[in-house]
Amino acid sequence: MELNQLTIHELQEKIRSGKTTATEIVQSVFRRIDAVEKAIHAYILLTREAALAEADRADEAIRKGDIRTLTGIPVALKDLLCTRGVTTTCASRILHDFVPPYDATVVEKLRDAGAVFTGKTNMDEFAMGSSTETSWFGITRNPWDLERIPGGSSGGSAAAVAADACIAAIGSDTGGSIRQPAALCGVVGMKPTYGRVSRYGLVAFASSLDQIGPFTKDVEDCAILMNVIAGYDPRESTSVPAEVPDYRQYLARGIDGWTVGIPKEYFIEGIDPEVMTAVRKAIAVVEGLGARCIEISLPHTAYCLAVYYIVAPAEASSNLARYDGAKYGFRAPDSRGLLDMYKKSRSAGFGAEVKRRIMLGTYVLSSGYYDAYYKKASQVRALIKRDFDEAFQRCDVILTPTTPTPAFRIGEKTDDPLHMYLSDIFTISTNLAGIPGISVPCGFTQGGLPIGVQFLTGHFEEAKLIQIAATYEKNANLEKRRPTL
Amino acid sequence: MEFEPVIGLEVHAQLLTDSKIFCGCSTKFGASPNSHTCQICLGMPGVLPVLNRKVVEYTIKMGLATHCRINEACNFARKNYFYPDLPKGYQISQYANPLAEHGYVDIELENGKKRIGVTRIHIEEDAGKLMHDEHHPFSYVDLNRTGVPLIEIVSEPDIRSAEEASAYLRRLHEILVYLEICDGNMEEGSFRCDANVSLRPKGQEAFGIRAELKNMNSFRNVQRALEYEIKRQQYVLEGGGVVVQETRLWDDTGGVTHSMRSKEEAHDYRYFPDPDLVWVAINEDWVEAIRKDQPELPLEKRERFVRDYLIPAYDAGVLTTSRALADYYEAVVHLTGKPKIAGNWIMGDILRFINEEKREIADCPITPQALAEMIRLIEEGTISGKIAKEVIEQMYKTGKPAATIIAKKGLVQITDEGALVQAITEVMAANPKQLEQYRSGKDKVFGFFVGQVMKATQGKANPQLLNDLLKKMLAR
Repeated sequence: MELNQLTIHELQEKIRSGKTTATEIVQSVFRRIDAVEKAIHAYILLTREAALAEADRADEAIRKGDIRTLTGIPVALKDLLCTRGVTTTCASRILHDFVPPYDATVVEKLRDAGAVFTGKTNMDEFAMGSSTETSWFGITRNPWDLERIPGGSSGGSAAAVAADACIAAIGSDTGGSIRQPAALCGVVGMKPTYGRVSRYGLVAFASSLDQIGPFTKDVEDCAILMNVIAGYDPRESTSVPAEVPDYRQYLARGIDGWTVGIPKEYFIEGIDPEVMTAVRKAIAVVEGLGARCIEISLPHTAYCLAVYYIVAPAEASSNLARYDGAKYGFRAPDSRGLLDMYKKSRSAGFGAEVKRRIMLGTYVLSSGYYDAYYKKASQVRALIKRDFDEAFQRCDVILTPTTPTPAFRIGEKTDDPLHMYLSDIFTISTNLAGIPGISVPCGFTQGGLPIGVQFLTGHFEEAKLIQIAATYEKNANLEKRRPTL
Repeated sequence: MEFEPVIGLEVHAQLLTDSKIFCGCSTKFGASPNSHTCQICLGMPGVLPVLNRKVVEYTIKMGLATHCRINEACNFARKNYFYPDLPKGYQISQYANPLAEHGYVDIELENGKKRIGVTRIHIEEDAGKLMHDEHHPFSYVDLNRTGVPLIEIVSEPDIRSAEEASAYLRRLHEILVYLEICDGNMEEGSFRCDANVSLRPKGQEAFGIRAELKNMNSFRNVQRALEYEIKRQQYVLEGGGVVVQETRLWDDTGGVTHSMRSKEEAHDYRYFPDPDLVWVAINEDWVEAIRKDQPELPLEKRERFVRDYLIPAYDAGVLTTSRALADYYEAVVHLTGKPKIAGNWIMGDILRFINEEKREIADCPITPQALAEMIRLIEEGTISGKIAKEVIEQMYKTGKPAATIIAKKGLVQITDEGALVQAITEVMAANPKQLEQYRSGKDKVFGFFVGQVMKATQGKANPQLLNDLLKKMLAR
């Protein structure tokens, strides 16, 4: 096996025992990037030289015995995490040349842990999308089938991990943007509890829903990355000063005696039969591990999509107001006067989906409509959260499919926003409730497309997700496959 | 028909915190453009606000001083609009849940006190400043002020005249400065005011259509603008017209208000709770601790001075115009036990000196101790009140104590009978005509002799002693 195909924990072992160097690992990853990037286009920007220089420093540190959690490990960053001195575009023309003078807290933490950054990964513009087709810099393709989308919005991060074009990646999840692409690309993706991982330096889409999380090749790597990125940040008011456990301690504890809730609202018609079969199998595996699966109800599930498409665009319409062409980023060259500059810069700087959501959001916050839309949605959101609180009185975790279908074809849903929005139907409620969720591979379709199963649990109980996902992963006996590229 | 003006004021006061409301940048005025900025107040992508605790504390202080209810919890909202001085495209403010509500302020008018309701006091961030190049088609933006904390104090529509508005504003200004939470500098924009004005027929309950006035940057301008606007609306109404609901700008040079934007052009600010900030729970113990720590406010102080020191209300008013002056006065009173005399020296001399040089009382070279010592020297008869006028001027100029100046200039009062008898004898001998007049019953000439002896003694004669001796000797 090539070094780039290994996991963080396998590489840690090789570094510690002196069997390899950071430079060898980074070179191996870039060789792979050179081989596959043309086909999948997972990255907006590669930071090869900086990475090789970092690897050099990492090897120097290793020689001195300073080996940290991620020393020499190549990690890719979704291009909405601010990186000091490195372009951060959000896959938008309006920020096509924006170079932040600061690092996101998560980037700082990864850097301090010794990670080497390979580059900035592609995404839907401003994280608005489920297919990575709305990027100003072109689409990303699914490594398992180049005619299909990798999911989104963190499609580049998911594809890079799936294609071994990095060892792990960071993404963000506002309505499923980590878990959905993780499922469609056959990797592990976690959305932590809202407030668990600092949002400082994450370019905001919907502030009350956004959360940063890891993409990894297995659950153990997910635990390792969570150990690095989780924790209170005084620079964020919504960051929660809750204790962060050592997630690795939960990998081998088993789930004997657990109760797993199966929400009836998530097993409905319209789900792809192969997805349904794979998830049913996962339920059987979990039961075989000593867990009791019970049917539960999340009665307000039907409202999730509607609530989400009011709250998220509302916040986005305000968050994206700062991109006006006045200070940084794209400014229309032929404008006359202030208003004209605003209009032309924003018209040409944002893509269609972003503009659609800004308009939606502006509308629902407008005087006379606020109560009917935004306020009502906030009230229903509280009910959705209560559904979960009540459910977790009865079970430890909830199990659902991550997505209703496997990866769809490129272009299949781009003209049909509503249909596109439905691909997040099983992931959106998690963000509305603020709870954590993880997607883990649970098999393949006959056509060779990955399928994911999702586990959800209560606020700040990510350790439980690691525990059940690791136990499941170890005992599912899934066929080991790699995409053929 | 007789009309009655209905006025409500919105006052914006910059809080005197060291750092901005949501980041660590300095709030100092006058720095070179954009030098007090960081990624947070510049509103760059991905940054987040963290509330400055001092801002909440200062707002609670103002809330308590204006008898407001301090809400147990408050939150922040975004006020969305596009403008180049607003880098985020929204201003963080408070909307549905302000920190303080339902208070009042008592103002003093010629015909007594009046109570003006305070609807609410809320916290918000200031915007930056645009500078327009007159010679080129460019505008520059200075974001030093962006994120400087403000409180907005909204009054009830209880104000009925420009005079009342002015009194209310002065009162708020005085309280803010007394609390040391705002420097009150109107020129630098630390204290700004907008007004809502409407007229209604006297006796009518319902309000008329209002206009909002902006751009009045001094107490005088507020009064002028309101007087103008009241007349303008009256003219419109008397001519059978209707007042248009709009925002109007005060034009200082023209002495008129101009329409800026109509109701139709008004922004829809799309307020909604800021998801980047959490609810602020206000602990009752904290409010109590702040309440205990509140300084005495000007009105209370004034009333106490009149009651305890038995000084005229006018004097109490002058002596409480600032907290520092009142403290100065009280220090002198405690050292001398002479409230009226202390007040006279401060109002008559000290204030004249410092006002001439535009100095603060804190910078006065005469300390309360030094002034008290001088007053003691007068009381003891070492110097006369007249000489003291000269002494105090020297004290101010040199910063030296009264005793030093008196000794150096030989200003000690002559209380030696022999020396005075000598001087009187000489004056009598030199003015036989006047002596004759006096002795023939012209009492008025007495003053002439007093003046002559004073002149001869360079004013150092003890006036009481001189009086007694002169009477005796002239009568002989």
